[in-house]
Amino acid sequence: MTLLDRLKTSLSKTRARFTSGLARLFLGKKEIDPHWQEAIQTLLLTADLGPKTTEYLLGRLAETVARENLKDSDLLFSALKKELTLILEPCARPLIVDDFPKPAVILVVGVNGSGKTTTIGKLAYSLQAAGKKVLLAAGDTFRAAAIPQLQSWGNRHNISVIAQSPGADSAAVIYDALQASRARGLDVLIADTAGRLHTQSHLMEELKKIKRVLAKCDPSLPHETMLVLDATTGQNALRQVEEFHKAIPITSLAITKLDGTAKGGILFALANQYHLPVRFIGIGEGREDLKPFDATLFIEALFNP
Amino acid sequence: MFNTLTQKFSSVYRDLSGQSRLTEKNIQETLQEVRLALLDADVAHSVVESFIKAIESRSIGEAVLNTLTPQQTLIKIVYEELVRLCGEPFSGLPLQVSPPAVILISGLQGCGKTTTTAKLAQWLQTTLHKKILLTSVDIYRPAAISQLNVLANAIGAAFYVPGEESNPVAMAKSALEQATIAFYDVLLIDTAGRLHIDEGMMAELKAIHQAIHPIETLYVADGLTGQDAVLSAQAFHSTLPITGVILTKMDADTKGGAALSIRSIIEKPIKFLGVGEKTDALEPFHPERIASRILGMGDVLTLIEEAEQKLDRAQTKKFQKKLLQGDRFTLEDYHEQLKNMHALGGVGKILEKLPAAGQFQSMLADKMNDTTLKKMEVILCSMTRHEKNFPAIISGSRKVRISKGSGTAIQDINHLLKNFEQVKKLSQKFARKESREKLLRKMQNLF
Repeated sequence: MTLLDRLKTSLSKTRARFTSGLARLFLGKKEIDPHWQEAIQTLLLTADLGPKTTEYLLGRLAETVARENLKDSDLLFSALKKELTLILEPCARPLIVDDFPKPAVILVVGVNGSGKTTTIGKLAYSLQAAGKKVLLAAGDTFRAAAIPQLQSWGNRHNISVIAQSPGADSAAVIYDALQASRARGLDVLIADTAGRLHTQSHLMEELKKIKRVLAKCDPSLPHETMLVLDATTGQNALRQVEEFHKAIPITSLAITKLDGTAKGGILFALANQYHLPVRFIGIGEGREDLKPFDATLFIEALFNP
Repeated sequence: MFNTLTQKFSSVYRDLSGQSRLTEKNIQETLQEVRLALLDADVAHSVVESFIKAIESRSIGEAVLNTLTPQQTLIKIVYEELVRLCGEPFSGLPLQVSPPAVILISGLQGCGKTTTTAKLAQWLQTTLHKKILLTSVDIYRPAAISQLNVLANAIGAAFYVPGEESNPVAMAKSALEQATIAFYDVLLIDTAGRLHIDEGMMAELKAIHQAIHPIETLYVADGLTGQDAVLSAQAFHSTLPITGVILTKMDADTKGGAALSIRSIIEKPIKFLGVGEKTDALEPFHPERIASRILGMGDVLTLIEEAEQKLDRAQTKKFQKKLLQGDRFTLEDYHEQLKNMHALGGVGKILEKLPAAGQFQSMLADKMNDTTLKKMEVILCSMTRHEKNFPAIISGSRKVRISKGSGTAIQDINHLLKNFEQVKKLSQKFARKESREKLLRKMQNLF
């Protein structure tokens, strides 16, 4: 199965609700439905694109329609597709760990239940499969049994995990892991952190501390701070990016749980407003279900039945 | 919680005020703003549309008849419709069955099922004094079972460790047997997170449900969810007879639209809101309160209920008595009150629930924040008991000692003493006029 096929299957639910509605509106019709703006607005809003991005897209489309005097609804459909691609394309920048000095340090943050630990497991697996030597730091010392969760993934895939006891200082665990990965001459260190709501200022302070401790060893650390976002999240995802970014500069995003019926429209809103690179999308529960984000493939999979 | 939505609504109403009459045109404008506010709050699109329609048809018919101003009429209608949309008030759990009453917890991955299970167990223990058995049948996520085990130990509830079985249905059955044999009042069963489109996993959930006949099948939903909330809730509801909903992560700045969507789509009550990471952060759901909170009317009721639960009743009585005697109100009592405010979750949490407009709240929060509170506490901790009982003796040299001991400035100490005198005066004034409960409430608002 090619990557495109795999993506198509995973995004089938999204497509079913999102683009078949669009296609019904546009394809095979000679004339543009006079209520096209309303119809597109509804579809974009129900896909979680949010009022702001929806308005932006409608504005761009109206311009195109007026400028090119569009009459054919097929053309309007492809104009929309083009606009959506334009939004996503700049964000499709894959993670290349070789760009960073060894060990590349990746700090993974996010709200509770967004899928950080699972994403770390999958990421570690794919890096290891690519021949990298990987170490995991069990920085979630708060949630009950978060450490065993990461450890059991590590055991299953033969990846070592540096952990301390529950309640330990997360920055200390990650510091230890950094020392260990330096001593062992490893390629990548991936640090887990506890899930935290961006409104909890003391937990945001804890993130700042992790950053401070790492920066003391090397000011360029962490090389990558990845915010994991749940694709089912609504407009609050924008607040999450803002608030996390205030505490610790976010350098990239990973979007999880795109295999549900979530339309992932928030991805467009995020791309349109923050221009952060989207590294990965999570499209299933298997260990190989974390895929590098590719805008063209994503939109192809979304649009082509 | 619901903060942003509240602010949005406030601004919508501000725009309306200053207009002497409400014309049909600016109803439309306002309605469009309400519509956008709701969409931005992640309320499902279909729900928003029917909400707006309901308001539109009602306001056009009623505005003329009413003696209220047009603006008041619209506020009233939006409020009533919001309350209607939020559903019925929390009516408790149907635990009047021959024990054990079984509660099944279901939901998507990462919505907070396990934490919520522990919170619910603690709520049942402290509020209803039930004997609880917890178990988890999540054999999929690594360490999920031990996560609930750790939480169960933390809240002092029994945890049933499933034996050799690797089948969730058999595990649930054996937990039920154990609960029956050992006379537990309530058995809480946590399940694995699953996607609503995963047919195999949904069939498993159905099989668990059929094997244990729960009196309550709760659907845990993430309060941060967007438009997808209705689809997943609908799918769960069509597989299982969901009896209620718990909305989690409501302590975030989420606009909480999922609450309105889920409730109006599956028509099952929202029972609780999860409002924090600790196991006591679970609040019963009250539609009127939430609707008034959305409209900026505050939520004094929730605060009072919380105060009653968390504060030591005997101590509160003692404090009330002292207050009424006026003169005998000392710095020691003042200190107690500060500690109580901490127990209620700090100034921010209290302010959030008081009926005050947005700007007023932020102004107050600016002046009276948890840092000021902490400062006051350390000053009080640096005083001797004698000084606290007889504040009059605090002379210049004593102040120097206190300031050194607490690491604060003399001005801070003076400020505290002045504050205390004001509170004392006020209390003497109120003591004659008002009932004890009212007075206590006033006192708590004062700090």
